Amino acid sequence: MTKYILKRILLMIPTLIGVAVLIFFLMRVVPGDIVELRFAGESGSASRETIAIERARLGLDKPLWRQFLEYMGGLARADLGVSMWTGAPIIEEIKLRFALSLELAILSTLIAVVLAIPLGVIAALKQDTWVDYVVRLFSIAGLATPSFWLGILFILMLLVVFKWLPPMVYTPLWVNPWQNILQLIWPALAVGYRYSAVAMRMTRSAMLEVLREDYIRTARAKGLWQKLILTRHALKNAMLPVLTVVALEFAFLMGGLVVTEQVFNLNGLGLLFVEAVAHRDYTLTQALVLLVATVFIVVNFFVDLAYAWIDPRIRFR
Amino acid sequence: MATLETFVDVTEPTTTRSWRTAVIDFCKQRPLGAIGAAVVVLNLVVAVTANVISPYDPLATDYGAMLTAPSRAHWLGTDAFGRDVLTRILYGSRTAMLVGFSCAMVGATLGAVIGVTSAYFGGKVDLVVQRVMDCFLSFPLIILALAVVAMLGNGLQNVIAAITIPMIPRAALVARSSALAIREMPYVDAARAAGFKHGRIILRHMLPNVMAPYLIMLTAFLGQAILLESSLSFLGLGVSEPTPAWGLMLRGAAVQFAESAPWMAVFPGLAISLAVFAFNLFGDSLRDALDPRLRTQ
Repeated sequence: MTKYILKRILLMIPTLIGVAVLIFFLMRVVPGDIVELRFAGESGSASRETIAIERARLGLDKPLWRQFLEYMGGLARADLGVSMWTGAPIIEEIKLRFALSLELAILSTLIAVVLAIPLGVIAALKQDTWVDYVVRLFSIAGLATPSFWLGILFILMLLVVFKWLPPMVYTPLWVNPWQNILQLIWPALAVGYRYSAVAMRMTRSAMLEVLREDYIRTARAKGLWQKLILTRHALKNAMLPVLTVVALEFAFLMGGLVVTEQVFNLNGLGLLFVEAVAHRDYTLTQALVLLVATVFIVVNFFVDLAYAWIDPRIRFR
Repeated sequence: MATLETFVDVTEPTTTRSWRTAVIDFCKQRPLGAIGAAVVVLNLVVAVTANVISPYDPLATDYGAMLTAPSRAHWLGTDAFGRDVLTRILYGSRTAMLVGFSCAMVGATLGAVIGVTSAYFGGKVDLVVQRVMDCFLSFPLIILALAVVAMLGNGLQNVIAAITIPMIPRAALVARSSALAIREMPYVDAARAAGFKHGRIILRHMLPNVMAPYLIMLTAFLGQAILLESSLSFLGLGVSEPTPAWGLMLRGAAVQFAESAPWMAVFPGLAISLAVFAFNLFGDSLRDALDPRLRTQ
C-alpha cells in the first residue's frame, strides 16, 4: 500500500509540471499583454518609453526562456510571486476567494449527496416503475438546466415573492455564519441541483449493476434482512463510481463556477480567473490554473486511494 | 481479402433491415427516449426553417414596443430593443444546433481516434498520450474554453473550437478504456497477422467496435456543448450581438429588467433546458439500449 501511494504521488509531479508549462506558453500565445491593456484604457497613447519601462518592471522584456526559468524556479521554491495587475502578493489575492469557492463547493456537495444517494437507490430498486421514471426525469432535467439560469430564477423568485435579495457582500463564515449561509445557500442550491443529477444517475446505474451480482443473491438466499443487504452489501460496493463523480464535480466547482458567481455577484475563484485572463495577468493566471489543477489532481489521488482501500484488487494490479 | 469484402457486401441488406427494426423497437421499448428524439428532430426542423416560421425579423428593433409583455402580437414579449423574443428563440436554435452538432461530432470523433490509437499501441505511446490528456483534463472545461476564446477572440467558429478542444481528452479517456479490451480480441491479432497497416487496423477494425460508447458520448456532448455555448455567450465570451443565441438573450438587460420583464429571463432559459433535456433523454435511452448490463431482467 505504501508503495502504491508513493507511486501515485510521484505520478502527480509530471502532470503538475505539464500543466505549469502548458499554461505558461498558452498565456504567452494569447495576443496582447498587460502593459498594452493597461495603457489602452488611458486617453491618448502612452509613449514608447513608458511602455518599455513598465515592461522592464514586470520582467516582460527578458527573453522567453529566462522568464520561463525564473517562473519554474519560483515554483520550485513555492513562491507564486505578485500579481502583475495589482502588485499584491498572489497568496493575498487568492486567500479570501479560495475560502468562498471552497465553502460553496462543500455546501453544494452536501446538498447534492443528500439528494442524490437516497433518490438514486430508490430509482434502482424500483427500476422501470413510475418512481424510477420520476426520479430519472428529475435528474435529466437537472442536467439540462443551466445553473446560472436557475440562479436567475431563484433571484427572481426571492424578489417577487419575498421582496428580499440575498446579501451581496461576502461575509466569511467565521465572521457571521448566518449572514454567510443566507448568501451562499442560493448559489449552492442552483449548483447542487445539477450536481445531484450527475451523482443520482451514477448511484442508480451503479446500484443496478451491483444488485445483479451473485453475492447479493447469496445474501438474499441466506435470508438476510433487506435493509442490511442494501446498506452493507449493495450500497458499499455501488459507492465507488459515485465517489468518483462526486470528487470530480467537486474539483470542477473549485474553479468552474464562473457563470454562477457572476449571477450571484460572488467574488470566487472563477471570476478572478476571468479577470486575470482578461488583464493578461500572467502570474495570477498561472497561479490560479496551478491551484485548480492541484485541487483536481489531489482529489483524484484521494479517490484512487479510497478505491484501493475499498477494493484490494486495484492495489495489486 | 477480396472474399472478406464481398462477404461484407452480401450481409449489408440484412444490417439495414435490422437497423429499421431496431429503431422501431427502440421507440416501443423506450418511450422517453423516443420523445427525446422527437424533440431533437423538432429542434432541427425549427433551426432549418427559422426564417420561414418566425413571425418577425430577429434583428429588427422596434423602439415603440420595448419590453412589452407577451401578447397576441408578440407571443413571448419583446426585449429591451423591442425585438420579438419568440423569433429570437427560434433563430437561436440555429446557433445552438450548429454549435452542438459540430462540437460533439468533431470532439467525440477526434477523441475516439486518439483514445483508440493510444490503447492500440500501448506501452510508452499510451503513457505519454495519457499524461498529455491528464494535463488537459485537470483544466476545468469552462476555463480551457475561456482561454481558447481569449486567444482566438469571439465569433461562432472560435466558440466551436473553444468547446471542442476540452471535449477531446474526455472522449479519448472513454474510448481508450473500451479499446483496451478490444485490443486483446482475436480479430485484432488476425488483422495484425494479415499484415494490415496500423492505421487500417485502428480505423477499420477497432474504431467500429467502440461505437456504443462513442454514440453515448456523442449524445452527451451535444447537450453539454449547448450548455457550454450558452454559458460562454452569457459571459460575453461566446457568440456576440446581434446574433440570436439563447445564452446571449439572458445576458445584460434580461437580468437587469428581470423583475419588470421576466419573460426575457424565463423563455430563453426554457429553450436551453428543453433542448438539452431532449438530447439527454435520447442519449440516456440509447445508453440503456446499447449497454446490455443495464437492461431489466
